[in-house]
Amino acid sequence: MLDSKLVIDGLGHFGPYGGRFVPEALIGALEELEAAHSSALLDPIFQAELSELHRTYSGRPSIITEAKRFAEHAGGARIILKREDLNHTGSHKINNVLGQALLTKRMGKTRIIAETGAGQHGVASATAAALMGLECVVYMGEEDTKRQSLNVARMKLLGAQVVPVTSGSRTLKDAINEAMRDWVTNVENTHYLLGTVAGPHPFPTMVRDFHKIIGEEARAQVIELTGRLPDAVLACVGGGSNAIGIFHDFIKDKDVRLIGLEAGGDGVETGRHAATITGGTRGVLHGTRSYVLQDENGQTVESHSISAGLDYPGVGPEHAYLHDIGRAEYRAITDAQAMAAFALLCKTEGIIPAIETAHALAGALQVGNELGPDATLLINLSGRGDKDVQTAANYFGIPL
Amino acid sequence: MSTNTALDQLFVKTRAENRAALIAYIPAGFPSQAGCHKVIETLAKAGVDAIEIGYPYSDPVMDGPTIQAAATQALENGTGVTEVFAALKHATDQGVAAVVMTYWNPIEKYGAAKFAQAIADNGGSGVITPDLTIEESDEWRAAVNSSSINPIYVVAPSTKPERLVKVTDQCGGFIYAASLMGVTGARSGISSGAGELVARLRKVSDKPISVGLGVSNREQAKEVAAFADGVIVGSAFIKAIQDAPDEESGLVAVAHLASELAKGVREAR
Repeated sequence: MLDSKLVIDGLGHFGPYGGRFVPEALIGALEELEAAHSSALLDPIFQAELSELHRTYSGRPSIITEAKRFAEHAGGARIILKREDLNHTGSHKINNVLGQALLTKRMGKTRIIAETGAGQHGVASATAAALMGLECVVYMGEEDTKRQSLNVARMKLLGAQVVPVTSGSRTLKDAINEAMRDWVTNVENTHYLLGTVAGPHPFPTMVRDFHKIIGEEARAQVIELTGRLPDAVLACVGGGSNAIGIFHDFIKDKDVRLIGLEAGGDGVETGRHAATITGGTRGVLHGTRSYVLQDENGQTVESHSISAGLDYPGVGPEHAYLHDIGRAEYRAITDAQAMAAFALLCKTEGIIPAIETAHALAGALQVGNELGPDATLLINLSGRGDKDVQTAANYFGIPL
Repeated sequence: MSTNTALDQLFVKTRAENRAALIAYIPAGFPSQAGCHKVIETLAKAGVDAIEIGYPYSDPVMDGPTIQAAATQALENGTGVTEVFAALKHATDQGVAAVVMTYWNPIEKYGAAKFAQAIADNGGSGVITPDLTIEESDEWRAAVNSSSINPIYVVAPSTKPERLVKVTDQCGGFIYAASLMGVTGARSGISSGAGELVARLRKVSDKPISVGLGVSNREQAKEVAAFADGVIVGSAFIKAIQDAPDEESGLVAVAHLASELAKGVREAR
């Protein structure tokens, strides 16, 4: 029951969630992708190629770091950080893009398109495209291109074309809409390299499969360090890729609590947030059924978060299912709580986390204080904060 | 599943007349609630056979810039399910067959059974669902069956032969054939894929087939009407309204375009 492999059917459902809600024009491409992914899973040559890239390009396995000074503020619980921030390009995103870029070549396609909010997935996609000689177009909301101009420059340096999206709310959700329009039009030679565990089947399972290495490594590393399983595993959740990545290998360990931290923005009660499971309702967005921030007519409501990477009104369907069956818990962390945890990690551990990741750290402060000094918490340090220096400086009033 | 909607009756009639039907698309609430109703009246008077009322949606991934802009404007005008059903009823009151075209989530939010029944109650013939795959359609199938309305699915040039059979089996009213791989919007020429797709569909189904995506003028309507049972025009009407200096001249432009297209569908065979 708790192994998600048992609940997914041939159509990509997790209980009532997931599935495929897309224009008929994309069905062929999704079936082709599903077949390519299924055969690659069983292909030792593909797996060896991906492992080699992990080892010699991304820098896997990523290490774990025990955060002892930070832990003093978390009720004295042991705090162990899984250092995905040390991967090439600075976050867990590289795991998925390398896998999908290899699949793109396997399918004989020459062009990838991607959406990006903060720019992390766009940079990772541009990186993989450069490495493998693929054409790359990244769709980014016009608002985000302004807020994240440094990442726009990084993508351009890597040879990608960045298209500012001016439709709708001009943010991540509209970038996804525009990428899907491109895909419908150019599906013959183009793969849509979706950056999270959402979207139509097979994306939620495929992206999870490329990220589950995080949890597999971390589980062994924590046992080696502490001699036992952690009491809880925590990760931030926007679309939910880093969280599924670290959760997945622990789903079978029923005593390990899985805790996802959503972006609470100004507070869920204000309506200005991106906490989709905490504050949303069941619906369909971007090709999958899950929790969605929507109004009474089923129109998507704009999300709000200080973290561009979590600023998304949907969430991966597997998270919706894990929530409903009670296997994982989801909490909202406000902008202010996240930024306090951000500052604390900087000053106690010498690590500047991504603001996305700071939501998981704020969750660790809460859960550590609830469980006390006997508890061990594993936190996915999903990304580094170099990209967020300007936002953080503005937030803390540091003149630039 | 056997239905006898106004849309079913329309295709019996147009096939008897040996011509294609002209189907126009207009989003509810565009350019305004009252304006939309005037556009509907104008379309009906100018010879349009059926009207698709678009349910404006926040994330229209199948639509190009023209319909996106219209949907945004309609949403800003406060368009919701009430306005959609009001526009539908206004269309059927003009004596034309009418359907709603909507992305799936607004139906799911409203409740599938309730939505289908409301279509029937407002005189509507059916619903076009461009992002509802047949694999996800169990609940919807039950809903349309119990309300006796037409479920209209979209097929694409990329749809494989065995899948074409499965999707067309589920269709009622007509089969919506997307003429090309892409989003809605006017094109300079009709894709050769349209004729090929219709030919493939004829081999697996005798249901009426309407072609949409990229038809914007009399010549193109005539070209498509030569091989299809229905010609669907959307973005061209919206553009005529958007380009007009005021609402009155927009209606004149819509009337002119509709009557030209109506000639086009009658001079093809």
